Amino acid sequence: MSVLVVLEQQEGRWHRLSWEALAAGQEMGERLGAPVRAAVAGDGVEAPAAEAARYQLESVWAVDHPLLARYTADGYTAGFEQLIRRLQPQIVLFPHTYQTRDFAPKLAARLGSALASDVVRWSVADGRLVLVRQVFQGKLNADVTFACPPPHFVSLQAGAFRADKAAPGEARVERFRPELDASMIRAQPGERFRESQRAVDLSSAEIIVAVGRGIKEKDNLPLVEKLAEALGAELGASRPICDSGWLPMERQIGSSGQTVAPKLYVAVGISGAIQHLVGMKGSRTIVAINKDQEAPIFEVADYGIVGDLFEVVPALVEEIRKAKG
Amino acid sequence: MKILVALKQVPGRDAALRPDSSGRWIQESDLSFEINEPDAYALEEGLQLKEQYGGEVVVLSAGPARAAQSIREALAKGADRAIHIEEENAAALDAMATARLLAAAAKPESPDLILTGLQSDDVGAGQTGVILAELLGLPHATIIMQVEKLDGRLRVKRELEEGWFQYIELPLPAVLTIQSGIKKLRYATLMGIKRAKTKEVKRLTAAELGVETAAALRIERLYAPPRAKRTEILGGSPKEAAAKLVEKLRFEARVL
Ligand SMILES: Cc1cc2nc3c(=O)[nH]c(=O)nc-3n(C[C@H](O)[C@H](O)[C@H](O)COP(=O)(O)OP(=O)(O)OC[C@H]3O[C@@H](n4cnc5c(N)ncnc54)[C@H](O)[C@@H]3O)c2cc1C
Ligand SMILES: Nc1ncnc2c1ncn2[C@@H]1O[C@H](COP(=O)(O)O)[C@@H](O)[C@H]1O
Repeated sequence: MSVLVVLEQQEGRWHRLSWEALAAGQEMGERLGAPVRAAVAGDGVEAPAAEAARYQLESVWAVDHPLLARYTADGYTAGFEQLIRRLQPQIVLFPHTYQTRDFAPKLAARLGSALASDVVRWSVADGRLVLVRQVFQGKLNADVTFACPPPHFVSLQAGAFRADKAAPGEARVERFRPELDASMIRAQPGERFRESQRAVDLSSAEIIVAVGRGIKEKDNLPLVEKLAEALGAELGASRPICDSGWLPMERQIGSSGQTVAPKLYVAVGISGAIQHLVGMKGSRTIVAINKDQEAPIFEVADYGIVGDLFEVVPALVEEIRKAKG
Repeated sequence: MKILVALKQVPGRDAALRPDSSGRWIQESDLSFEINEPDAYALEEGLQLKEQYGGEVVVLSAGPARAAQSIREALAKGADRAIHIEEENAAALDAMATARLLAAAAKPESPDLILTGLQSDDVGAGQTGVILAELLGLPHATIIMQVEKLDGRLRVKRELEEGWFQYIELPLPAVLTIQSGIKKLRYATLMGIKRAKTKEVKRLTAAELGVETAAALRIERLYAPPRAKRTEILGGSPKEAAAKLVEKLRFEARVL
């Protein structure tokens, strides 16, 4: 029995969630009494592999091939399929990144198994792995178990495990050259790019008022703009607000937008989906205004007002103005 | 172009959810249901591609009888016909079993393109489309924000993390998982609603498709998440709550 942690790098730059997965893998290995290995794919990945080898691991596998230079689902699935057939791990862990979303389900399916995705906690009961996942947009949790033979694939939610717990050590590096052929790779990936120069940099804002779908209509935005003005805050938004074009994309906060950590973050009519939370939960003080007392945003909020934002926000603007004299 | 759109019916967003007596799923009795949000965008993209290049949009949904309503809604918006895989116990389906059902129903259709949402709002596996592609032996791309048809190929814009993007070209037929917000959604017209009533909905079962639906991932228990952090809820009238909040922000958190 062994645990394999799949780390993610691109052109020599690590995805920071790799270390969260590595730390979780070490802990799992300890609990199960199983050796822990890590793997990283690319073209010429000796250097990243050597870096990963500075952690307490049995070994680090450099899955190396020119056809893995740029990520493709076909290339990575074939490469890792071959590695997994060779190493026969019981458990394969991934950070739940966009790249993992893109190929891990395919890999699991190819190996006749399943992936428990976006897992926030794990435990072992009666010798079986129990994974906790958020369902219904974070409103409920679910304990899930595997009912298929190993390898069991698990991807770990951003921020659910602590990277700083990764234990340093010394591991041996193994080079693994999968048998790949250019004809296996059907998609042609282009360069990564950013849409536009950002006119607003929310990451340096001290106070942010963020608005979500609770605002209902674009015409209601002046309500939160007034709040932002009273607080001297920048305006941010959840994704649906930017998708609808009510505010520009550059004001979107979350996994596909900006990551912010202001002194004060006021979430107005935002439910608190994980993709939003990862972009703001490092804020020093978090206030949530939401009519649903069970909204997941209250899980990260310091202060909450359960109520109708159309009543609460104007009252708040008035109180702030009073306080500021 | 023959386009299949995989559409899941999920509880409405404002629904209050409680675990049912089995403890493995939610009480569905008093809930309202709707089309999974990204699937509505997948449908919109499918309809626009059809308008541009001609062809047919076929809705594919696995779910209990209640899903018929969402299927009708999709037909009213302009889909040509639908396949409803009736599965009363849809709650127990994992992504693998769902993908097997969808693949079995999709295969004889020989579609040029299959669109799914990137993630369901209920179980949120974010996997069904990718597994479906693997089962059908098709290439795929995920979290797609733009679709362009070239000669026998697609050029799609894939969303990456933190505001990054990437274009990918892939041969047809292919599977794409669509991100919310890709296009503006249309409403069903009165005419569309009327027409939907006459459109074909083919009903199939897992047994008829010859698909084994045992889950590889089993939900053992559903429960309210434990609170990680104690939020101080400020009560009273809006004015009272607002006054308390300002007080806290000034003297406790010292951010005002
Ligand atoms: C791959 C991926 C990437 C994503 N990236 C991001 C991202 O970067 N940023 C992001 O924000 N989301 C992102 N999302 C979307 C995310 O999953 C949620 O769908 C989104 O954050 C929900 O936005 P919301 O909270 O505004 O809307 P909803 O979830 O609809 O919540 C609206 C809230 O408003 C409350 N409300 C309604 N009316 C009132 C009222 N009158 N008064 C008070 N409260 C009220 C409701 O109770 C509810 O809690 C991503 C999703 C995926 C799958
Ligand atoms: N029962 C279903 N019927 C039709 N499509 C589905 C079903 N379940 C999932 N899908 C599709 O797969 C996507 C991803 O779902 P999931 O893997 O559950 O997150 C959804 O957005 C749908 O497009």
